[in-house]
Amino acid sequence: MLKDLAFILGTTLMYATPLIYASLGAVFSENSGVANIGIEGMMTVGAFSAAASAFILSDVYGILWWVPWVAFIIGGLAGGFFGLLHAVASVSFHADQVVSGIAINFLAPGLSLFLSRRLFEGATMTPAIPLNAKLPRPLNGVIENSILDTIFNQYASVYIAFLLVLLSWYVLYKTKLGLRIRAVGEHPKAADTLGINVYKIRYFSVILSGILAGLGGASLSMAIVASFRPTLISGQGFIALAAMIFGKWKPQGAMGACLLFGATTGIQIYLGSPQVGLNISANLLSMIPYVITLVVLMGFVGKAVAPAADGIPYEKGER
Amino acid sequence: MEAKTMKERIKNLFLNETLALTILSIIMGLLVGAVVIYISGYRPLEAYRLMLDGIFSRPKYLAWTVIRSTPLILTGLSVAFAFRTGLFNIGVEGQFIIGALAATLLGYFLKLPAILHVPVVFFGGAIAAGLWGAIAGFLKSKFGVHEVIATIMLNWMALYLSNFAVEQEAFKRKGTESSHDIHETAKIGMDWLKESLGAATKVNWGIVIAIIMTALIAYLLFKTTVGYELRAVGFNKDAAQYGGINVKRSIVLSMAIAGALGGAAGALHVMGVSYHVSILAAMEGYGFNGIAVSLIGNNTPFGVILSALLFGGLTYGGSKMQLIGVPTEVINIVIGSIIFFIATNRIFRYVLKCLDRKKLQKGVQ
Repeated sequence: MLKDLAFILGTTLMYATPLIYASLGAVFSENSGVANIGIEGMMTVGAFSAAASAFILSDVYGILWWVPWVAFIIGGLAGGFFGLLHAVASVSFHADQVVSGIAINFLAPGLSLFLSRRLFEGATMTPAIPLNAKLPRPLNGVIENSILDTIFNQYASVYIAFLLVLLSWYVLYKTKLGLRIRAVGEHPKAADTLGINVYKIRYFSVILSGILAGLGGASLSMAIVASFRPTLISGQGFIALAAMIFGKWKPQGAMGACLLFGATTGIQIYLGSPQVGLNISANLLSMIPYVITLVVLMGFVGKAVAPAADGIPYEKGER
Repeated sequence: MEAKTMKERIKNLFLNETLALTILSIIMGLLVGAVVIYISGYRPLEAYRLMLDGIFSRPKYLAWTVIRSTPLILTGLSVAFAFRTGLFNIGVEGQFIIGALAATLLGYFLKLPAILHVPVVFFGGAIAAGLWGAIAGFLKSKFGVHEVIATIMLNWMALYLSNFAVEQEAFKRKGTESSHDIHETAKIGMDWLKESLGAATKVNWGIVIAIIMTALIAYLLFKTTVGYELRAVGFNKDAAQYGGINVKRSIVLSMAIAGALGGAAGALHVMGVSYHVSILAAMEGYGFNGIAVSLIGNNTPFGVILSALLFGGLTYGGSKMQLIGVPTEVINIVIGSIIFFIATNRIFRYVLKCLDRKKLQKGVQ
């Protein structure tokens, strides 16, 4: 029983991780007043870039300790590049942020698959990363043969995700920068009057949001699995967005929502595993996370309020 | 005098600014695609020629372009309709799946003469998806659940529900990952056209039905009280409420209609092209492409038809670029760029303004 619980907790952490990165990204972008529906595409390009670089780097330099880390960061930067694109459209050119985000959702996966075909002889799936070029498991072998091992023997990306939640909370609520981000998202005009550069803060937040989403994608393709394929992300960016809204635009709230979603996925996998021996269709079990999320959301009537200026382009000097 | 009329002519052409900007965005999107093709070592002109040939060089290709565009007209219309009423329908993907599933169930398990079977299957698919869409509307109006989240969750539930149905022994065709085919009486093929185009070309009445539906939606939105109320809610919820419109009912109704349109797309696809539903590993993209279609069509019913044809042409004709090795994903880059330029059309406005100013200065001198 304890073992089963540990298994569920372990899978919870594993599946919540990519969502946590991406939803933190969404938190930053939306708190600064820029809706970012392009998270999905940014995750995809991050997952691809990381997996492709990990494979190529380990091919060229051999499997060295820094290879997974450099690839992980490249994944983040690739996401950040599309964050920049989104910022150019939605901050500088006052684009409709939903439209720009959808453009990103076509551009980023399109470019990923295009490059994949060019680099890997027409394949849309990148070759598998060598086992040792995946992100490391820092606690591997430290706590062997205990249920703690089942829960906590995770890839490094998992721990980093939780550290980032703490860091994001600190930055948003305890620093001048965070205050500025929230001010710009709540009332850009007032912030502007006080000498805050609205455009600069929004650029920073949206690019950061892309980097985080890219890392989220990378944490999938370099830890949970060891390659990129077209269906890898399939909707997780949108689920991260949902987690951000569910978490009331706060890092800690988004983390909670991601953990809830991860837990439902963990329960689903547990119920579907052969040792449980339930004779339920895998397809019905697969619905569990979505049904539970909807039911939980129904219990939170009208409590979620977005930053006041979320989704509205800011134009200097406009009345 | 001469110059003035010329100027007027240009002005007239650009009078419909949105149309001009859309066309400009399409050209720019194709240019970005050309650059990508060029950088990766192929000849862009040759690739685009193959694409155009792949659409226009044979009646068969043209027919396939229309066949591919048909579901996109309706999914695009669904998104556009929801946008007009202030809702963002990401759920059209799931509504398509539910429509297709319901149509296949009715098409396989019912035995009726064609004159009854076709409408039963079509409206069955639309109504089932309409109810599915209404769930999201209900969750929003009753519980305040954002429709974007609700429809994303419903998309996945629809996918697994459809897979679950196909799994059932009575429905699944042995040895395949698909359901049984619908009966001949539920199909809407244009058999007389198939003689000239080849039997494999699945020309069907779907395009006609899709255009009729588009006209009906345009009428509903812009010529009826219900449509006025729905749009009023889209413009300003609070003002509409103050004006005595039942906002909650409007939201449910709007999502139901949007859902029915998505379901109609799925039903027509089954009745005209696929004849069955298959187990899906991931979303097929009819719904997400519908979002793009709606945006390129400026969320207007007529624009949606044109943009669906463009989209169908790009994806169907674009696949022919593979002949010289160009990965077809370049089409997604083109489509993404078009949407990006539509979003940032201020770039063009800015450039146009600068040109205008220069012209004015010259005139003064």
